Amino acid sequence: MNSRLMSIIRKEFIQIFRDTRTLIMILVIPIMQLFLLGYSATNDVRNIPLAVVDRSRSPESRALLDSYRAADYFRIAYTVDSEADIEALISAGDARAAVIIPPDYAQNLSAGNAQVAFILDGSDPTSASTALSAAQLISQAHATEILTERFARTGSNLRVRPPVEVRTTVWYNPDLISAHFMIPGVIGMILYAIAAILTATSVVRERERGTIEQLIVTPIRPWELIVGKLMPYVILGFFNTIEVLAVGHWWFGMPIRGDLGLIIVLSIVFLITGLGIGLFASTIANTQQEAMLTVWMTLLPSIFLSGFFFPLEAMPTFLRWLSYLMPLRYYLVIIRSLLLKGVSLDMIQTDVLAMSLFAVGIMTAAALRFRKRLD
Amino acid sequence: MTNYLVQATDIHKHFGNNHAVDGVSLHVKPGEVYGLVGSDGAGKTTTMRLLVGALVPSAGEINVCGFDVLKQVEQVRSQIGYLSQRFSMYEDLSVLENIRFFAEVRGLSQTEWLPRSMEILEFVGLADFKDRRAGLLSGGMKQKLGLASALVTRPRLLLLDEPTTGVDPVTRQDFWQLVIKLVAISPSPSGRGDRGEGVSVIITTPYMDEASRCHRVGFMKNGRIIAEDTPSALRSKLNGRILELRGSPLDVLRHVAHRDVDVEDVQAFGDRLHIRVRDDKARDVIRRLKSAIGGEGGRVAELRVVPPVLEDVFIDLSEDKDSTPPA
Repeated sequence: MNSRLMSIIRKEFIQIFRDTRTLIMILVIPIMQLFLLGYSATNDVRNIPLAVVDRSRSPESRALLDSYRAADYFRIAYTVDSEADIEALISAGDARAAVIIPPDYAQNLSAGNAQVAFILDGSDPTSASTALSAAQLISQAHATEILTERFARTGSNLRVRPPVEVRTTVWYNPDLISAHFMIPGVIGMILYAIAAILTATSVVRERERGTIEQLIVTPIRPWELIVGKLMPYVILGFFNTIEVLAVGHWWFGMPIRGDLGLIIVLSIVFLITGLGIGLFASTIANTQQEAMLTVWMTLLPSIFLSGFFFPLEAMPTFLRWLSYLMPLRYYLVIIRSLLLKGVSLDMIQTDVLAMSLFAVGIMTAAALRFRKRLD
Repeated sequence: MTNYLVQATDIHKHFGNNHAVDGVSLHVKPGEVYGLVGSDGAGKTTTMRLLVGALVPSAGEINVCGFDVLKQVEQVRSQIGYLSQRFSMYEDLSVLENIRFFAEVRGLSQTEWLPRSMEILEFVGLADFKDRRAGLLSGGMKQKLGLASALVTRPRLLLLDEPTTGVDPVTRQDFWQLVIKLVAISPSPSGRGDRGEGVSVIITTPYMDEASRCHRVGFMKNGRIIAEDTPSALRSKLNGRILELRGSPLDVLRHVAHRDVDVEDVQAFGDRLHIRVRDDKARDVIRRLKSAIGGEGGRVAELRVVPPVLEDVFIDLSEDKDSTPPA
């Protein structure tokens, strides 16, 4: 192999292993982000604090509350006496939802027209919509139970059943665990951010510290400098991918259904996009801070417009069009399909093609801008 | 014709409206030590960067070691060693790792680099510090490391950009001894034998004592070389025009000297004044000053014509003489 190239790669590795900040970035940050996002960026709403006003104080009302207690969506946090108290609790954010059972609940129940009030704090739409559907489900199930019991008491063995039953089967992620959806995204984000930031800063550092001037007057060719600078980060990015996949799989139980080889190859293609962005940023920036900022400026829209957190289908048309410009978008489709659905290459070929085009395009643009000169 | 190692013809470099280098021509022979002097901002560093191809000239032609710097820059770079003004070794690499890196990227093989690196570290006196991180070296040692890394591939041309600025006098002396040894043992410390082809050195320096060690000196001003010759030839232009005046009080001496019509410039050199006078006026000035100083209550201990030093030449050349065309 080209000995100049080997020398550059060796030098880069020595520098990486001597720089604590870079090492932390490579070894610790991916795992930290994985844990942070794996646990926090979840839409699985549990234990919503519930305030209760039970004016009925009957066995019937207690049975209703028990059914709320049984489902882990809610936690009966407060039992209060008046609606004013509820308002105070919800305003203060201590309770996110409230149930008000009127005094005549038990009587009306036997008459078949009982009503219960359910109040919801809608300021956080995600948890509110989960709470709403949970409340509806719990109430419906409870109503069905009451009817069944009543028929049983009257000696009828007629079983109550709704006229239409929808049988749902959830594929790929049957328990709808958010982490399984988030972790592939985290892999994408880490590959992108680490590759871009480390590349950009490692090139700009040469300029900042003046070493570029000595590097320039060596016979190193520009492509050797580019490849030599990027290669260590390709290798490290490869290990990052494995690292995050392993932790995602064994700790968070994320399935790996697709071909592991394909996952790694396509991850490296995406990594090249990140490296290209970093290299491009390094041709614009003069200081490491500038380089860092430039990368962040591309990273944020990438995260928001790639379907990482927010579904692309929910975006207005303009933003959805914009999302086609985000390489991360294609990688997320690819990695989620491969990990969760275990699809084959031909099912995702459009996305693979688009992502590869971005990788080649960005890298070419960056390499063309890259000059082995001072001016 | 090509017994010149460096041939630069009418090179220009503009940064926007700033003409950093404005028509420089430079010829350096094998085995020659060429000094480029001038005030800050005169264009010395830009000239050096143009010669090594780190900057592309706006106009002009540069030929180094027989190769065109614009078209055959990689060939040029395999023949030269360059020490930039700013320390540009990797601070997080050790001395030996730095040398190894620059040796290898400039083409030394797996088996060559180590003996050669050790030899060169021995030569500059850094062998005992080979495992020390470059960032932990003193200023003088950093410069020696830079020199070692520039020398490791046995270049035919060495370009040193202010290598001794900010370095203590003892180390400066050391550094110059190395340069002199380098040129004397042609073509490089270990020697390839062919004495016909010595190492050439182009060095920029703000110190006149260093400039006087060079075989030839070019004075740069406003992006041009306004005078170029051997140090003695440059000095001879001021022969008989520099007076040395000792006496007291100094401010009276200075004041009186300034007033004289045939005095061009007065510079303080410690307890003495160097007075530059117009051609053939030394005798008149001496006579006038002696009486004038007496009249002002001053005392003259000594007033005589002295041989000019390069500093006098430099000051003479640095002054704005719009009417006088460059010599």
